[in-house]
Amino acid sequence: MAAANSSTSESIPVTPAAPGGRRAFSGDRVYAGALAAAGIAILLVALLIAATTANTARPALARAGLWGFITGRDWNPVEDIYGALPFIWGTLVTSVVAIVLAVPVAVAFAIFLVEFAPSRSRSLLRFVMELLASIPSVVYGLWGLFVLVPLLREHVEPALGRFSFLPLFRGAPLGVGTLAAGVLLAIMILPTIASVSVEVLRTVPSTLREGALALGATRWEAVRIAALPYGRAGIFGAALLGLGRALGETMAATMVIGNSPEISASLFAPGYSLPSIIANEFSEATSALHIGALAALGLILFVVALILNIAARLLVRAVVGKFERSSS
Amino acid sequence: MTAAPKIRIEKLNAYFGAHRAVRDVELDIPALGVVAVIGPSGCGKSTFVRCLNRMHELLPGARAEGRVLIDGQEVYGPGVDPVQLRRRVGMVFQRPNPFPAMSIFDNVAAGLVLNRLPGDRAAIVEKSLRQAALWDEVKDRLKENPTRLSGGQQQRLCIARALAVEPEVLLLDEPASALDPIATAKIEELIHELRERYTIVIVTHNMQQAARVSDRTAFFYMGELIEYDTTEHIFTNPSIKQTEDYVTGRFG
Amino acid sequence: MTTPGRRWRAFKNGFAITLCGVAVLVALAPLLSVLWLVVKNGAPALGLDFLTKLPAPVGESGGGVGNAILGTLAIVSLACAIGLPIGIGAGVFLAERGDGKFGGAVRFTAEVLSGVPSIVVGIVAYGLVVLPMKRFSALAGAVALALLMVPPLARSTEELVRLVPRALREGALALGVPAWKTSLFIVLRTARPGLITAALLAIGRAAGETAPLLFTALNNQYWNVRPDQPTASLTVQIFNYAISPYEEWRQKAWACALTLLLLIGFLSLGARFLARSPGEAR
Repeated sequence: MAAANSSTSESIPVTPAAPGGRRAFSGDRVYAGALAAAGIAILLVALLIAATTANTARPALARAGLWGFITGRDWNPVEDIYGALPFIWGTLVTSVVAIVLAVPVAVAFAIFLVEFAPSRSRSLLRFVMELLASIPSVVYGLWGLFVLVPLLREHVEPALGRFSFLPLFRGAPLGVGTLAAGVLLAIMILPTIASVSVEVLRTVPSTLREGALALGATRWEAVRIAALPYGRAGIFGAALLGLGRALGETMAATMVIGNSPEISASLFAPGYSLPSIIANEFSEATSALHIGALAALGLILFVVALILNIAARLLVRAVVGKFERSSS
Repeated sequence: MTAAPKIRIEKLNAYFGAHRAVRDVELDIPALGVVAVIGPSGCGKSTFVRCLNRMHELLPGARAEGRVLIDGQEVYGPGVDPVQLRRRVGMVFQRPNPFPAMSIFDNVAAGLVLNRLPGDRAAIVEKSLRQAALWDEVKDRLKENPTRLSGGQQQRLCIARALAVEPEVLLLDEPASALDPIATAKIEELIHELRERYTIVIVTHNMQQAARVSDRTAFFYMGELIEYDTTEHIFTNPSIKQTEDYVTGRFG
Repeated sequence: MTTPGRRWRAFKNGFAITLCGVAVLVALAPLLSVLWLVVKNGAPALGLDFLTKLPAPVGESGGGVGNAILGTLAIVSLACAIGLPIGIGAGVFLAERGDGKFGGAVRFTAEVLSGVPSIVVGIVAYGLVVLPMKRFSALAGAVALALLMVPPLARSTEELVRLVPRALREGALALGVPAWKTSLFIVLRTARPGLITAALLAIGRAAGETAPLLFTALNNQYWNVRPDQPTASLTVQIFNYAISPYEEWRQKAWACALTLLLLIGFLSLGARFLARSPGEAR
């Protein structure tokens, strides 16, 4: 055997894309170029969203300054006064209500689907989740306006009114308001949180569960001891994803929140959210300042959604990645 | 060797990243007939044959160095199109891999259609299936999906698919390792018939199979070619101790 | 395990399972209510006239939302023409060449973009298309929907293409088929049933979007198929009818919603059917 000698003149290194200039190669190059262009397009979309929104928002931010804009409490297009605080408040309150209501139900739903449901009903539960997710938000809004709002006005809000020592439940039961928006958003983000939680719980290795059961644990204890602690970060990520959706959800909130730029501690009071004001005023805005102020609200929404989504994806990926590696 | 070799391999090295899987292999493969490549798993025998049609370099981090000449033409020369090369050097893999989204007919015709080769497709498909000893079994179900065929039939379909583009060399990478004994026997019978028309290189971990089907045998160990001689010589009177240990089953 | 705790633990076990079951019912209730009321309130108004006529002015009975149905179909088709090639192309890119740093960045961006609020994407389409053209248009709406369509479609395409066994790719390459033809005619063809499903689901989602259309495609009381003109859509029509003060318009909102759900249901049923029937080929 000759000694290894890769530097001899007759040994030719091989590269996968050897230069040739033949027809077959140009086809490969065109194809690879097209694919790469599509990949680049994704990055471009991200840049485009950031750049276009920021650029459109500039006039308003230049006038009031970012901080002044965020803390401004008045919104009056006629006088060209624009402050974002009522909308940030409304978005915050509705999203928190939505998360508080949706997370327990969604996680319990996911636990039931993964851990307790008979295997035959699993696909049915999955189908329920998909259906919930596939109903357009404007249809939820329609339902919210004509079903949920009367229900809240006539039954739920009067009942909650007994707790009026809490500022949360003060005021006349109008139906429309932040409570209605929060409940509707909770229904809409339920499938998001549930499906990501299902994905997380399914990656928990069955050996963990079986180990707990073998020690004499009940099925619930096996879930509590084995599955939930390992999936905790992922479920938290699922909740963050749901929060991100609730913040940006437009139509449903717009139709039931009352559209009134007030900051109130009561959930019964009408409010206004970031997406709703954009939806309502953007097509009628004419001055660059008004459009800019609406775009600036969009920019706030975009940045917050971005942060939430990045955090959520990292959390979910950490959990799912960990178990996929260990199980393969 | 009497005539000029069909394939001449000089100082061939193949790498996966920093790992050298094939080490300085030199070997002449005569035209027509069967050369078997044997050796324990991980010895580089599969990597070696994948260098002959430049399939090796498609794996992530893989590259090859050295010279491979087919009919005196450089395989790794500048300006050589590996796509053109692979039409001359067909390959059949360890597990049958028919295209599941295509009918049996379309599978055999795939190379012709995708390479836009001229000729009467129906005639070529029939000829290839006959050569692969599959025609009688599938002639009435050419429109069917190949996933309904048995494993052995699927593998013969893959051989027919490779033959349809009329290669000169056929590389078989453990073609029977996923098959039952009866299907294996059929594949071996088929290799017997194809040796008259093609230069065949077969990788196998089954020494009896190598002894049954090949004219010459190459024994690989740890990426090196240990011994290369007529099959009879390798299995009855090997010159090198390692070869003898392996073919007599005394290998650690 | 001591005996005194046993009954308490069994009770807790049953209680927890029951509670999780209740959560399923809680999730089911609004779903059933929405579906039932849309059918109940929408069905009476639904008819041939409703599907084919122009909207009637306030006070006049009859009329339909034919232009909005056509508009939704037109905007979504245009969005598909822009979004499907980019989304699927980016997905194939991620599957075939996405293992490096650049691929990782594209993948992560696609994941994160899937969570960007659709109303923000509407602002982008406004800035990109409406401002330069100085008018609301179907094209602007389609650009917004396409931007929303691309990131999730890229991720699902990647997963589908990665499911195609490497052996098939090698089988084609060993026949002397160039890499690009292998990808297009072997890999994508094998993944086709799944890709059609993913595309139909993306189309269904796009058809249900309202927010990004409000100030891009706007609305239109008349028939329109020109991409540079304001165009009606079912979703915007539902919104306008729902918040109107007229009882008969609200009726129409329900009928529009039923039409929209039927359209989306049709798409996702088709997706399920296509995902299953040729699935045996895999």
